[in-house]
This record gives sequence, structure tokens and C-alpha cells, in this order.
Amino acid sequence: MTPEVVGFWVLAITLVGSALGVVLTKNLFHSVLWLALGLISTAGVFLLLDAEFLAAVQVLLYAGGVITVVVFAIVVTEKLVGEKISHTSKRLAGGTIVAAGIFGMIASLIQRAGLDQARPEMVGDATAAMGMSLLTKFVLPFELLGVLLLAGLIAASYFARPEE
Amino acid sequence: MPLSAYLTLSAILFSIGLFGVITRRNTVGILLGVELMLNAVNINLVAFSRFHGTEVGMVFSLFAICITVAEVAIGLSLVILLFRMRRTAIADQIDWLKG
Repeated sequence: MTPEVVGFWVLAITLVGSALGVVLTKNLFHSVLWLALGLISTAGVFLLLDAEFLAAVQVLLYAGGVITVVVFAIVVTEKLVGEKISHTSKRLAGGTIVAAGIFGMIASLIQRAGLDQARPEMVGDATAAMGMSLLTKFVLPFELLGVLLLAGLIAASYFARPEE
Repeated sequence: MPLSAYLTLSAILFSIGLFGVITRRNTVGILLGVELMLNAVNINLVAFSRFHGTEVGMVFSLFAICITVAEVAIGLSLVILLFRMRRTAIADQIDWLKG
């Protein structure tokens, strides 16, 4: 058992467990906390795959940003109604069938594709390579992303403006 | 671990997220399911990129993470707006077209 195998199994079990917590728990707030755990273990998977920069971005943006925003939204909406918002599920059987079907399809495709080779040795620094291609090959999408974030910021603050 | 292990993990996460999107009744719960699915896709992109030996997949997943953050911000502000107008966040009760 190499450290990579041990790390993979620990992270995989944590990830699947927290994902089940997100979709199955009755309390909306607990769902969000399970999601935070899942997102942080995803950062661990990124570390296993030698993507340190992405792991940092994942923790900062997802676990830091998204979770905070969702918690704020829950607190604000519960305050607006003055009661706990319900967080139930329905159509459990249908959901199980569809999800299991999709998973079966993807798993059989992975089996058939025969992707069992070991990973190649890491050449160079992934973060440096990402930075180079972000500002050369992908500079236009990078700038567009900035425009998208600005538009999202304006739209979010417009939608959630105080009532006149 | 081989590439197929990472892909299978990501497929499991994607299916669980899809299950959440189908079964949850609260719009915030549906958004959380979408988050799980996007997260699974990011694992796929990074794993393929690492096993292929290029950084393009990692750049793609960086874009995907940023777009997800914008999506969550707008989605939640819409949920707050809906709450003000309708006092509900259950997706089944949000069934009118007029604003």
C-alpha cells in the first residue's frame, strides 16, 4: 500500500459519505456542512493529482466562498419567513433508478475504455505551466471570465437589492 | 491508482448529485446537488489532465470553478428574490411565469 493508495481510499470514502450526507439529510444547514466536507476532500483529491494550485483555489473559492454564501442565503431566507424552511425529498425511487442507471452507463464505459495504465511521471511544475498557458493560449477566455464575474456580481447585487 | 479509479469516484459523485437534484424539493437543496455534479466533473478534468501530462485540463477546471462561483451567487440571489415574492423555496410551488 503506497501513500497514494491509502490517501485515495480515505478521500474516496469521505467524499462519497459526505455526498450522501448532502442529498439525504433532513436539515438544510447540515446539508451545507456536509457539502463543505465534500469540497475540502475534493481539494485533497486535487493534491493527490499534483494540482496544488487548484486545491488552494478549491478551498478558497468553494469551501470559503460558496459555503459562506449558501449559509448567508439560508439565514436570510429563514429570517424572512420566520420559520424553518422545509428540506424534504420526494420521488426517491425514481431518483435512485435514474442515478443508478447513469452510474451504470458511465462505469461500463470506463471499464470498456481500459484506462488502467499507471500515471506518467510528473514533468515540471503544474502551477507554472497553468500560469503560462492562462496568459498565452487561454488569455481571451481568461479575460471573458473576468467580464462574467463582473456581470455576475452586478446581477447578484441587483436581484438581492433591498425592497423599495 | 489507475485513471479508472478516479473516473469511477467522479461517476459515483455525479450520480449522487443527480439523485439530489431529482429528489430535493427545496431550491437551495437542488443547488447543492448541482454543486456536487460540477465538483465531480472537475475531478474528471484534473485526473485526465494529470494522466495525459498536459495542464490544459487543469486550466479548464479552473474556469469551471470560477463559473460555478458566479452561478451560485446568482442562483442564491434568485432564491432570495423568490422568497420575497412568494415566501417559498419549494421548486414545485414556483410555477408562474408572470413576475
